[in-house]
Amino acid sequence: MLGLDKKDTTLLLIVAVLTMCAPFLLNPFPEGSGMAQFNAGYPDLMQRFVIFGIFAIGFNILFGLTGYLSFGHAAFLGVGSYAAVWMFKLLSMNVLPAIVLAVIMSGLFAMLIGFISLRRSGIYFSILTLAFAQMMFALAYSVLTPITGGETGLQLALSDPRILGASATAEGNIPVPALFGLEMRSSTVWEVGAWKFTFNTGYYFCAVIMLVSFFLAIRIFRSPFGMMLRAIKSNQQRLRYTGLNPKPYTLAAFVISGMYAGLAGALMASMDPLAGAERMFWTASGEVVLMTILGGAGTLIGPVLGAGVIKYMENIVSKINSDILHGWFAFLPDGLEDFVVAIIYPFIGKGWHLTLGLMFMLVVIFLPGGLVEGGQRIARAFRRGKKNEAPKAASTEPAE
Amino acid sequence: MGILDVKDVGKRFGGLKALSDVNLSVQENTCHAIIGPNGAGKSTLLNCLVGKLIPDTGSVMFDGQSVLGRSPHEINQMGISRVFQTPEIFGDLTVMENMMIPCFAKRDGAFRMHAYESIAAERDLIEMAEAMLDDVNMLDKRNMHSASMSRGDKRRLEMAMCLVQNPKLLLLDEPTAGMARADTNNTIDLLKEIKDKRDITIAIIEHDMHVVFSLADRITVLAQGTPLVEDTPENIKGHPKVQEAYLGESH
Ligand SMILES: Nc1ncnc2c1ncn2[C@@H]1O[C@H](COP(=O)(O)OP(=O)(O)OP(=O)(O)O)[C@@H](O)[C@H]1O
Ligand SMILES: [Mg+2]
Repeated sequence: MLGLDKKDTTLLLIVAVLTMCAPFLLNPFPEGSGMAQFNAGYPDLMQRFVIFGIFAIGFNILFGLTGYLSFGHAAFLGVGSYAAVWMFKLLSMNVLPAIVLAVIMSGLFAMLIGFISLRRSGIYFSILTLAFAQMMFALAYSVLTPITGGETGLQLALSDPRILGASATAEGNIPVPALFGLEMRSSTVWEVGAWKFTFNTGYYFCAVIMLVSFFLAIRIFRSPFGMMLRAIKSNQQRLRYTGLNPKPYTLAAFVISGMYAGLAGALMASMDPLAGAERMFWTASGEVVLMTILGGAGTLIGPVLGAGVIKYMENIVSKINSDILHGWFAFLPDGLEDFVVAIIYPFIGKGWHLTLGLMFMLVVIFLPGGLVEGGQRIARAFRRGKKNEAPKAASTEPAE
Repeated sequence: MGILDVKDVGKRFGGLKALSDVNLSVQENTCHAIIGPNGAGKSTLLNCLVGKLIPDTGSVMFDGQSVLGRSPHEINQMGISRVFQTPEIFGDLTVMENMMIPCFAKRDGAFRMHAYESIAAERDLIEMAEAMLDDVNMLDKRNMHSASMSRGDKRRLEMAMCLVQNPKLLLLDEPTAGMARADTNNTIDLLKEIKDKRDITIAIIEHDMHVVFSLADRITVLAQGTPLVEDTPENIKGHPKVQEAYLGESH
C-alpha cells in the first residue's frame, strides 16, 4: 500500500490505529481512582507525544541513517515556533500558512548551519552544531528581542495586524489558532461510566501530521537516498571511490531533519501560540538525542517510542510524590512502609531524571538497538517458545 | 600515448622520497603489473592516480585529461575504479546493497535525490547487480551482512562493485592478499575472463608472482620510488636487476 511493502504497511497501520485510539488507550484508569494519575490521555500531553515524535522521527533521518550526531537540532524547533507565531501575528490564525513558513525557514537555517557544520565529522560536527544552537539561543534572548520577544518570549497581542484575519474576536479577545475555523483547543469529552475520554482537535491534527511524517520517513528509509545515507555511515571512503560525493547527501539529510524539527516547532506554536528562546536551549537538543537512542536509532518506530517514554516520565512519573507513595504502601507495617518509600522516593517526582538516566544507561549497555531491539528480542523468545511447544508448526516469517 | 600516462611524478612525505621521476604508460586494454619490494611506493603511486594524494611534481593524464586536482569521486566518474589493499566495502549493508550503490553512482553520475522512490522499482539496476554477483559466484550471498563475510569474499565483493561500473581502468592493490590458494586462482580466472570479455585496462599491484605472470602483459618494477625496468613478463623473469632488487628476496 502507498508503495510500502507488507511489513512497513503493517507498521504504519498499527501506528495509525494506536494514535487514533490514543485518547482511549492512554486513559485506561477510571476517573477518581487511585491509578488515575497514570492516565496520559489529556490533550496537552497527547499533543506533546506526537509533536516530539515528529521531532525525533526527523532527527533519526540524520542521526540514525548517516550517524552524524547533531547537538543543535532544537535551534530548528525554535525557528519553526518563531516563524509560526509571526504568521499568527501578521497573516492569520490559520495554522497551515504558519506551518508552511516554519518548515521553509527551518529548512533555510538548516541549509546554512549544515553547510558549515558538515565540513567536519564526528565530535567536531557535534560541537559545531551545538555552538550554532547556543549562539542562536543567546541571540534570541538578547539582540534579537524585537523579533523573538527576548526573555518574555514571542506572544500574540490584540494590536497584531493579522491582515487576512481579525486582530481581535467580537468579544475583544485574541483569536486562537485554527484550521479553517476548526479551533485547535476545542475538545469533545465523552464520559463512559467512571471513564472520561477527551478528543481534542489539536491532538488529532498533530496526529495526522505525524502519520504523514512517519510515512514519508519510511519512504526515505527504503529509498535509494536512504541507502546512500547508510552507506555514508558505513564507509565514506568507499562511497567517494565509487564516484559519489557524500557531502550533498548528508546536507540533504540535515536539511530534511531540520525541516521536521521546524514542523514540530510550528505545531507547538499552533497548540499554544507563543514561542520562547528556551525551546532552543541545549538541553532541548540533548533531549531529542536521548529519545532517538532510547527508542532505537536507525529504526523506524524507535524515535517515536523514545519520545513517548520520555514525555510520559516527564509528565507522569514526575508528579508522584511521597504522600502518594505512602498511600500505595500503607498496607505494609509502618517501619517497612517508611523504608520502602524512602528507597523508591529518589526515583520519582523530581527524581524522574534519575530513573531516566538509569534506564538510558541500561538501554545503551544491554540494548544498543534501543527499546525496539528489546521488543524484537522478546518477540523472538516468544516465537522460539512456541516452536518448542509445537515443533511441527510451519516456520513463521523471518524475524526482523 | 597510453590510456594512462604518468610523467615525472614525484612525491615526498617529509624527508622521505616515496616517489621520484616515475614515468609510466599503460596501454589501452592491457594488463599492466607493478611489482616491487615492500615500501617501494606502489600504493603511493596508485593513490596519486585516484586523487587520494596529489604528487609534488609531474603530471598524470587519463584518457586525454589530467586527473591532478580532481577529487576521488570525479576521477571515478572519469572511468577509474579502485580496489584497496585492505577491502573497503559498506560493512553495515548487505551484499546486494553494496552492489546497488555503484550502480546508482554510475547511472546518476552525481548527487541525485531519490528520496521517495523505492529501490525495488529499479529493475534494470537490480538485474545488473545480480548478473555481476553471479559472475563472481556470490549470488547466493546476496542478502548477507557484508561485514560478516571472509576476507576473500569481501575482496571479491569489492571487485564486483568496481566491475559493475564498467570502468575503463581498473586499479587493483594486491587483490589476492590474504586469500586462500583456491580463491586466488578464482580471482585470476575472473580477471582473465573480464579482460577477454570487456574493453578494460587493468593496472595491478601484486606480490604473488603466480598472479602477476598469469595476468600481466607488461610489468614495471618499482624500487625505492623509481621504476627500475619495464618489460614483458618473459624478459622480466630473467632480468638480473629484478632478480637482485625483488625476486631475489622472495624466492
Ligand atoms: N601517508 C603517508 N605519510 C607518510 N609516509 C607514507 C605515507 N604513505 C606511505 N608512506 C611511506 O612511503 C613509502 C612507500 O609506501 P607505499 O605504501 O607506497 O609502499 P608499497 O610499495 O605499497 O608497499 P607494500 O608492498 O608494503 O604495500 C613507505 O616508506 C611508507 O612508509
Ligand atoms: Mg601497498
